[in-house]
This record gives sequence, C-alpha cells and structure tokens, in this order.
Amino acid sequence: MDQVNVNQPLDYKKKNNLKKAPSIWRDAFHRFLKNKYAILGLVILTFMFLFSFVGPYFSPYLDAKIDVSKGNQPPSAEHWLGTDNLGRDVLLRLMLAGRISLTIGIAATLIIVLIGGMLGSIAGYYGGWLDVIIMRLADIIYAMPGLPILIMLGAIMSDLKIPPPQRIYYVMFILGFISWVGLARLIRSQILSLKEQEFMLATEVLGLRDSKKIIKHLFPNVLPTVIVSATLGVAGAILSESALSFLGLGVIPPTPSWGYMLSAANNMIDFAKRPWLWIPPGVAIMLTVVAINFIGDALRDAFDPRQKI
Amino acid sequence: MTQFIIRRLLQSIPTLIGASIIIFLIFAMAPGDYVTSQLQNPKMTEERAAQLRALYGLDKPLPQRYISWASGVLKGDLGDSLLFKKPVIQVINDFIWNSFILGVAIMFFEWLIASIVGIYSAVRQYSVFDTIATLLVFILYSLPSFFLGLVMLKVFAVDLKWFPLGGMITTGSNYTGWAHIVDVAKHMVLPVATLTLISVGGLSRYFRANMLEVIKQDYIRTARAKGLKERTVIFKHALRNALLPLITLFTLELPSLFAGAMITERIFNWPGIGKVVLEGIYIRDYPLFLGYTMLITVLTILANILADVLYGVADPRVRLK
Repeated sequence: MDQVNVNQPLDYKKKNNLKKAPSIWRDAFHRFLKNKYAILGLVILTFMFLFSFVGPYFSPYLDAKIDVSKGNQPPSAEHWLGTDNLGRDVLLRLMLAGRISLTIGIAATLIIVLIGGMLGSIAGYYGGWLDVIIMRLADIIYAMPGLPILIMLGAIMSDLKIPPPQRIYYVMFILGFISWVGLARLIRSQILSLKEQEFMLATEVLGLRDSKKIIKHLFPNVLPTVIVSATLGVAGAILSESALSFLGLGVIPPTPSWGYMLSAANNMIDFAKRPWLWIPPGVAIMLTVVAINFIGDALRDAFDPRQKI
Repeated sequence: MTQFIIRRLLQSIPTLIGASIIIFLIFAMAPGDYVTSQLQNPKMTEERAAQLRALYGLDKPLPQRYISWASGVLKGDLGDSLLFKKPVIQVINDFIWNSFILGVAIMFFEWLIASIVGIYSAVRQYSVFDTIATLLVFILYSLPSFFLGLVMLKVFAVDLKWFPLGGMITTGSNYTGWAHIVDVAKHMVLPVATLTLISVGGLSRYFRANMLEVIKQDYIRTARAKGLKERTVIFKHALRNALLPLITLFTLELPSLFAGAMITERIFNWPGIGKVVLEGIYIRDYPLFLGYTMLITVLTILANILADVLYGVADPRVRLK
C-alpha cells in the first residue's frame, strides 16, 4: 500500500521531526560563543544588570534619606562616587537609575518588535492595500527627523502634566512608536522573499491555516533578523532615552535615570567642579551600550556568517 | 530617468502631506499653546491672551489652522516664529548656515578618517591596527553625543583652557577678516571633534565591510596575478568598486548638513538651527518647529531620490524604472 490516503490528514508533525537535523540555532550558538567580543559584552551586560538590580541591596545608604549637610561631597571611602546636592549617595543613585534606563531600553524595544513585527509581517504577507497603507506610513515616519519629534513629544508630556512615575511608560511608548519603521521594512522584505520559496508553496499545498503558516513557518525564519535588530534596538533606545532625559523631557525626578543624572551637567558649577555627579552615569550608558552592540554584532555574525558589517 | 525622477517627486507629495498632518496631530495632543506658555507673565490678561490667540490664529479649530498653514506654505510662507517674532523662513535662514558650517566640517573629517581607517583595517584584516580600530569604533558609536561633548568641554575648555567654552565668536570681540575666521575656527574645534568622533565609527565599519567584500572578488585576484602593484590593486581596482554603495550613504547624509545637531549645539552654545529649534520647543513655537521639520523632511525625500539616481548613474547594472 504505497498510495497515500488523501482523506487522512498528513501527520506532518511526526515526519518533520527536526530533532536530529543540524539546527541553525545550535550552529549560531557555537559561532556566538567563539566571538570574544560577544563574551566580553555578555560579561559587561551581566555586571550592569547585577549592579542595577541587586547592587542597591548591598548599599548601606537609603536613597530617600536627604541630608543637605552632607551634600556635594567628592568621592571618598564612605561615598565611593560622592554625594549629590541633597546628600544622597551617587553610587546608589547610579544603581537605581540603571534599573530605569535598562527597563526602558528593553520595554521600548519590545514595543518596537511588537509594532514593527506585526505591521511588517502583515504588509509582507498580505500585500495589497494593507501593504500600501503600512508602507506609506513607514515612508512618512522615516522621512521625518526623529530627534526633534522625540523632543517635541517629551515637551508635550510636560504640558499634559503626566505624573513622574507614569512618564516612564510614556517614554517607552514614544520611543517604540518612533522607531518601529526600520524593523517593519526589514521583516516585510524578508517575508516577501520567503513567500516565494518552495517550503511556503508546500504549506499552501498542505492547506494550512494562515495563522499556522505565519507562526510555524514564516516566523522562525524571520526570528534571527528580529533578534539581531532587537538587540541593537535596546542600545538605541537607551541612548534616545538618555538624550531625552538629559534635556529634562524624559524621565524626571524623583525617579532617576542615567540620562537624567547627566543633566546635572547643565548646571555650570556642577559641570565644572563636581564631575562625579555626571561622569559616572555617562560611563554607565557607554558600557551598557558597548556591551549590547558587541552582543548584537556577534549575533548577526553568528546567524549569517556571510554578512559582515 | 526623467520619468523616474518625476514619478518619485509626485510620489513624495502624499508623504509630505502625511508628515505635516502627523506633526499637526502631535500639536493637537498638547493642551496648551504658545500663549499659555506666556501666561506666567503678570501683564498677560485673559483679554490680551484672547487677542494674541486671534492674532496667531490659535483660536481656530485644528483642521482650519492646518489648511491656512498649508496654503501659506504653498505660497512660500511658513508663518511667523513666535520666539523671534520674525518670519520662520528668515529665522531658518539666519541660523541654518551656522549649522551648515559645522556640518560641512564634520562631514569632511568623518569621511576622511573613516575612509583611511576603514580601508587600512580591511587591507590588514585581523592585524593589531584592525583590532584596536574595531574596538574604538564600537566605543565611539556607543557614546551618547552629549556625554562626549560634555567630556570634551570639561577637559579641553574648562580644565586645559585650550579652546573657548562655547559660542561661535569670542564675546565682545569684533574681529574681521582673517582674525574672524581663526576665531570661529577655534570655536568650531570641540563641536566638530565631538560629532565627527560619534559618526566616524559606523562609517569606517561600512568602508571596511565593503572593501573586504570587494577584495575577495575574482577580478582582484586577476589584478594581483597580472603582477600589478598592491597599491594599484587596492586603490584603482578595489576601492572604486567598494565606493559604489557608499554613494548612497553619502547622499543620504546630505540633509544632515542643514539639520543641525540640537543637543550638541546646545552644549557648545553654537548658534545653529538645532539649538534655536530646541529653544523653540521649550516655548511651544510651533510655526518654527513645523517649518524646520518640514524642511528636513523635504530634504530627506530629495536625498533619497538623488541617492537612487546617482546609484543608477554610477552602476550601470542598476536600471531605474
């Protein structure tokens, strides 16, 4: 009985069991681990996370405790990075600010991936008028200068008198809404070329549902692109947030972020005489972003060794 | 070709309209306007505020404001800046050239350094030079521009006092001729160095990647096999082809010559368009912001079209349709 019973659904799950197939993921993982910059990046990034999220528990100081008489002290044995104008320990504030900056960076990127991924795949997969509308919108946003729009939106947040704790969420969404275009275009073009390949024709022949085709067959092929671009996106989001907060239009006190701490440099005396207030957050941003860029770059090489930029 | 350009220009009209509508919608979200931002002024009565709103047309509903603004733009009138009490076009013209000077200097050094570093890194791949350059490149493009600017200002202006603290000319001076040029040049060093360092990293990576790509090609092996000098192989055969994709990059960078750098200009107190627009944002000077964003949007779209055209000219394998 060689003939396939047409009435019986094909058990493609069993046949396509990829357990033993040499997976692109394992290959990529091995290439990733061989990259010394990637390892360096992972080490720095892990340190920054521990520093921000676990570090404060080891600090003998309380951020809420204000003691102006101990204000503006230079670095010493007690206060490794000195104190700010309200007598708060700068090292502790740096850790707490790291929580905000890292969270915003990651959350904004998740929003970018969500919007960019969804719009990109809809445009690429369905085409037609949906594609036209989405790509037109992408063209418009791409042509507009990002930073001025970002700053304007930050200023409007202040006009709307959004309370400081909630501003963090608004900053995430603003960053997300401004930066989804690149990813959407990338995913759209990938899906357009994937759609033409034979395995997609096979899914058509098998009569799979659209949702299954997209989630099980298209998505895993686009995933490497998404991972690389999301990783580098976190770096971009952290930089944008820091610029916005530096101008006083992003995260505002009492919540600190690295960018906001840097805005101490706007005060001429703090800038010239008290570098311990604004150099550490700058170095923290730099280290984090370098680490993320190392990892993102290594991931790109790992997934696609031909493409080396 | 002509057909291609005309079609692209026509296609860009809806993009421009869309961009202006989005910016208008952003303003619609804000509860206040320029007049509200002036209400702290004790001389400002309700009556006067209403008068001012009528004068600036702020009392009208948004769609009507949009249409009156858009018809003004078509006649070449971008409205009046509320910050400067002058036509927006005049304000832009007053400040954009200061940004342009910075932009040209930055672009010159950026491309000069990036090409040297990128080509040398590619020719000597994995050498000590390449390793150090790669590391530096990563660090440079991971720096927030304003942080690098602040560090430069602190080290070279505050501590070492080699360069002035900011501005474009020494206050109170009235140098003319050569002395004026030297004075401006001294003020330019730090902002130009900051922005060049920030942007040089990414570009040198492109140079390196493109060169590596080309060097692997068969015709380079042929050139070497012919017994050509290595210098000829690199500069005449490899570089020319590696430069092709960079034409696009160069063209797309052209709008940034006029855009100014908001935060860096502010840090160095450089009287450019970026700093002025940033100040405008703080007082909700929307005609200025709108005029500026639209100008940059137009330049970006034009640069995109130009990039496609130039690429088609430079690479005959590409056909414009």
